[in-house]
Amino acid sequence: MRLYDIAHARTGDKGDISNISVIAYDPVDWPLIRDIVTPERVAAHFGTFDATDITRFELPQLQALNFVIRGALAGGVTRSLALDAHGKCLASVLLELEVGSDDIAPSCV
Amino acid sequence: MKVLRMGAGAGFQGDRIAPAVDLAERGKLDYLIFECLGERTIANAQQARSADPSNGYDPLLERRMRAVLPACARNGTRIVTNMGAANPAAAAERTLAVARELGLFGLKVAAVTGDDVLDRIGGFVLDETGSPAAALGDRLVSANAYIGIDGLVAALDAGADVVICGRASDPSLFLAPLVHEFGWARDDWTRLGRGILVGHLLECAAQITGGYFADPGKKDVPDLANVGHPLAEVNSDGDAVITKLEGTGGLVSRATCIEQMLYEIHDPARYLQPDVVADFSNVQFEEVGQDRVAVTGAAGTPATGLLKVSVGYRDGWFGEGQISYAGANCVERGNLAITLVRERLARFSGSILDERGELVGVNSVWPSTTGRGDPAEVRMRYAARCLDLHTAQAIGEEVEGLYLAGPAGGGGVTRSTREVLAIASTLMPADSVAATCAMKEVQHETV
Repeated sequence: MRLYDIAHARTGDKGDISNISVIAYDPVDWPLIRDIVTPERVAAHFGTFDATDITRFELPQLQALNFVIRGALAGGVTRSLALDAHGKCLASVLLELEVGSDDIAPSCV
Repeated sequence: MKVLRMGAGAGFQGDRIAPAVDLAERGKLDYLIFECLGERTIANAQQARSADPSNGYDPLLERRMRAVLPACARNGTRIVTNMGAANPAAAAERTLAVARELGLFGLKVAAVTGDDVLDRIGGFVLDETGSPAAALGDRLVSANAYIGIDGLVAALDAGADVVICGRASDPSLFLAPLVHEFGWARDDWTRLGRGILVGHLLECAAQITGGYFADPGKKDVPDLANVGHPLAEVNSDGDAVITKLEGTGGLVSRATCIEQMLYEIHDPARYLQPDVVADFSNVQFEEVGQDRVAVTGAAGTPATGLLKVSVGYRDGWFGEGQISYAGANCVERGNLAITLVRERLARFSGSILDERGELVGVNSVWPSTTGRGDPAEVRMRYAARCLDLHTAQAIGEEVEGLYLAGPAGGGGVTRSTREVLAIASTLMPADSVAATCAMKEVQHETV
């Protein structure tokens, strides 16, 4: 199962900082998302920055996480050479994260 | 209880105009707000103003005003916008001229200035460079403070029908009418925080009505082609319902609202604004009808007394070229193309500051190492930041040279160059930045 199956996400940018929200579709999946999608897992998934570059904020009443990633945008939108200089696509990259076995229904975890 | 209706006319400089016209005509709005300034937009506008002192405002200002002013004047809808960019006074003059042409005599247009702090930025150390702004020398283009609501509220208090500013914090464009209408105290941190949330939710226009959201089969959005822009019904406590006009496409749901609330937010409990530190950490959204979401629970704490300043500076030249490869082994041929361009550009090593080669469809968004099978086609892209235009032009020329001297089957070359305007930021004491407003009225022509 991918994070994509149980959550939606959106990326924003300020300078060289990217923030990615991760929001549960179903409140039932919130504990799993909260426990599994750690800064360490996110850093390992992207592979180009460290967990120490990430600050994670929790909004339990919205079943949402907010990841703030410093130095994620190759200098920021104004000088980055990236095709997607804003990093708008990064939320979709994060939703590819594997979060558990396909055999286990999300609500049973 | 009085309820104020505010609509979002635009969420960025190039935003679509038709949804704004729809809101102006059918929205029964008290206010129509156009947020049109990105981080880099004002530096570009400053360059335009340097070339022509009567320019430097939003290039779509005239089209937007021409499209919405008649309905706004008819319906008593006031306009607040940052389309003044680097030259609010000239934007106000242009708006007055359009209004005169349209016969809207008596319309009052105010320009709010004071955000331009280029004359006092020199000693401030920039976060990104670690050096004082003055060290940029003649590369320094612009310095604009994110001002708050002072100048905007003054203009509304003075009776302006259209208020045009340059760099202001985006949510301030929405907070100012709320403070003007409801008379909120400037230390009523809770209500100010709620007003900031309303502004933050609306400032990106269609991003809360289904834009930047749709994902077929997963997050379906009805009639996205005709997506409507959002409006908020706000009461005097700052509680609001986010909605859109009947008959427009898109959707307003709990999910679109949560995504937008966290868009470009760092610590949700401390969203730093010129007039308040807004706290979104206990916000609740509740769907109370079709495309109607009630938002409650925002709060606030005292402002920091510091304003963010965006500093624009010239930072070299950008050059780029792209070419396509298809069919069997296209990834390998694309990678060979990158190697060839890199080797052939070695003669410019001293003036290429930064470069990257990538395959669109394989690894351009993220340097993924996980293979997902052979793509049917790839597009090789090579980009570099260079000291000078001459070198930047050579980037695309070497990609174009691949037609005859590159891997098999390359086609569809495009290339481009542009000057790089970089943005750095710093903080400035709020009391060293003063906003002022100047208002004029559309007069009958006297012969």
